[in-house]
Order: sequence, then structure tokens, then C-alpha cells
Amino acid sequence: MIELNDVHKSFGKVEVLKGITASVEKGEVVCIIGPSGSGKSTILRCINGLESYDRGEISVEGLKVDRDAPSIVNIRTQVSMVFQRFNLFPHRTALENVVEGPLFVKKEPRAQVLERGRALLAQVGLAEKADAHPPQLSGGQQQRVAIARALAMQPKAILFDEPTSALDPELVGDVLGVMRKLADDGMTMVVVTHEMGFARDVADRVLFIDGGVIVEQGPAKSVLNQPQHARTQDFLRRVLHPL
Amino acid sequence: MKGFWHDAAEFFPILMNGVALTIVVTIGSLLLSTVLGLVWAMMRVSGIKALSMLSASLINVIRGIPIIVLLFYLYFVMPDLGVTLSALQAAILGLGIAYSAYQAENFRAGIEAIDKGQIEAAQSIGMGWWLTMRRVVLPQAVRIVLPPYGNVMIMMLKDSSQASTITVAELALQGKLIASSTFKNTSVFTLVALMYLTMSIPLILLVRHFEKRAGKR
Repeated sequence: MIELNDVHKSFGKVEVLKGITASVEKGEVVCIIGPSGSGKSTILRCINGLESYDRGEISVEGLKVDRDAPSIVNIRTQVSMVFQRFNLFPHRTALENVVEGPLFVKKEPRAQVLERGRALLAQVGLAEKADAHPPQLSGGQQQRVAIARALAMQPKAILFDEPTSALDPELVGDVLGVMRKLADDGMTMVVVTHEMGFARDVADRVLFIDGGVIVEQGPAKSVLNQPQHARTQDFLRRVLHPL
Repeated sequence: MKGFWHDAAEFFPILMNGVALTIVVTIGSLLLSTVLGLVWAMMRVSGIKALSMLSASLINVIRGIPIIVLLFYLYFVMPDLGVTLSALQAAILGLGIAYSAYQAENFRAGIEAIDKGQIEAAQSIGMGWWLTMRRVVLPQAVRIVLPPYGNVMIMMLKDSSQASTITVAELALQGKLIASSTFKNTSVFTLVALMYLTMSIPLILLVRHFEKRAGKR
């Protein structure tokens, strides 16, 4: 469903992606792990055209991702994104955040969208917060609204960019719980994360990225429990046993 | 003092005609400068190099010319080029253009103060440039822009007196005409100053209200 073929990307003179080839099948949960600055987030941002890429090709359901082409709107309405820092619209209520895309981009009928919006807020456990503005919500609540906003687009896949990295530790569980349920329901998900427990328990596949290349990939349990590559072993040791 | 009140009662009705014109010039040029300023600011943040550079140079040219020269140009030079404007039209046009530069920089600052993550979130749900501006950026920028906008309103009210230099009989010019025919300089100009102040005070309070509201978030 999502295909990356030899994708290269530089920021100025620094090459952050040095030939990424990977694919994500429908219904699959793929976690991308790796050290900071390895290019994990850049891959996600290239998939929905928030970032351009220099060489290679990315396609979503056969449609080439080109951020300067009109078709990018089509891709973005099919591939939603959840950000590390939530990026909710602070001047709109939780419900308004959720319905913004369906109402103003997809131009769906209002009553129907509002009903779906409320149902989605209930799904992420925030039915009673529909009229709250983001600054009145905790980080974990804001991120769950952001997930509802992504779901409201009725996407074929959701990209998660370190969705729990900006949260207080005690709020991480709520967000991961919502994500796990989505995975169980068959949503296609690409998750950049440092939550190794989530990757092991929920992901079908794990990609370990370092220095702009995929160092190792495979079924989540085998990569995380028996990493083959020395760099993967070193990274996992440092993440799992920081002391 | 008794003389002042006597003069005030006599001159007040004439000066009120001036006040009416002052308000027309101020509101007219405020609207024009707001629209033009928005256009310049949008061009500046459009991400299209040619538009952004054109807007930047326009703003610098406008900023570099004194308002009074701009007014003279519109009123005295334009007729030579075949465009004749009434004094009132020239005043509104001149002040509107002059202030559009400051408005544009103010609007641009407000737009650029919006977190980049907001724009990315808008893009990620498929919004294009204009929808992102209308639904996400501008509503948030308004809050930031309003206090300095209020200050511009006060400055425009006072600078509308420059229209007197091209014969618009607004408050300052009415005062000058009365003073030069009656020689009651003290009474007349004190009254004129008080009338400007009276019009400014509600605006000053408005700015204070905006500032309080902007500080809340």
C-alpha cells in the first residue's frame, strides 16, 4: 500500500536518507525505531509530502507522492498523521478539531460529520471533552483528540511521529492503548517510536534505521529479541538498559 | 477661562464639521490600508519568490516616502498624468497607501508567529494554502495582530490631520481657518486638541482591551 523505493533526501549538505526501500502492506503495523537524527521522522514526513525527497520514489496505493502536484491533497486525505507535539488547533474545540478536515477539505455533510466526530471522541475516551479547547486538556488528552482528528478523515493509513515522546510518563499508556485498539481493528499504521514494549507487542514488523539507511528489518519479535546486526544490538541495549 | 467657554460654544459647531471629515478620512484610509496591508502580507508569505520580492520592495518604497509628499503627489501631480482626484479621495488614498506598509509588516509578523506545526497539521488533513490561511493561520494571527492594529488606528486618526495640507477641511484645517480669521489661537487650538483627544481615548481603551485579551492565551 505504501511503497518506498531507493528514497534519498538531503537537508543542505547533510544526507539524512541514503536510499530507503521499504513497503507497508494493508492492515500492517510497522514500527520505525532508531537513534535520534537517524531519519525516522523524515521518512514519515516524506510519505505524506510534508517534506520533499530528492531521489527515488514513494507511492501510496500506486499514486506517486509529489508534494508539488495537486494529487498530494488526495494522498493526504488518505494518509493521516499524528504529531509528536499534537498540533491541535488551539482556537477550536476538541470536536471542531476532529471535524475540520471532513467538513472543510472533504466537504462532507455537516450533521453526519458531527455525529462521527462525537463517536470518534467517545472511541478515544473523551466524549465529555467535546467542547473543551486544547489548552484545557492534558497532553495525553490532546494526543487522543489528535488521533480522533486523524481518524475522522477515514484514512487508509495513519502515520504516527513519536506520538508519546512529549507526554508525561503516566499519560503514555492511555495513548498507546488507543493505538493498540486501532491496530487490533486492522488500521494500517506506521509508527516512529521509542516505546519498545509497544513495538514488540503491537507491531507486525520493525525497521531499525541508523544513519539514513535501514540497518535491519523483520518481524517485531525477532528484531527486538534477537537483533542480528551489531548496531541494532547496541541501540536496543542502550534503550532497554540505559543504566 | 470664561472667554474660552464662550469661544468654544461659538466654534464648536464649525469644528464638528471638521470632525466629521476627520472620521471619514480615518475610517476610509484605515479600511484601505487594512486591505492593501493584507494583500502585501499575503504576497510576502506566499512562498512565491517573485510575489514576495515585489511586496518587499513596494513596502520599502512606501515606507521611504513621507506621507505629506505622497499626498502632494496624488493631489498635485496625478492631474498632470490625467488622473484627477478630489482632495478627499487623494487624502484617503494617500494615507491608506502610506499606512498599508506598516499594516503589512504587522500582519506578516502575526502570521509568522504562528507555530509551524499548525501549518503542518493543516496540510496533513489535506488543506491547501488558502484554506490553511483562512481556517488555521489567520484566526490565530488576529489575536496577535490586534493590539498593534489598535495603535495604528490611533496614529491614523492623528495623521489624518495631514490631509489639511491638500485642502481637506478636516478638524485641523477648520481650526486653522477659524484661528487665522479670529486670532483666537489659544481657544481654537486648545479646543482642537481636546477634540482629537476625545476621539483617541476610546481607541486607547480598545487597545488596552485587545492587549488584555491577547495576554490571556
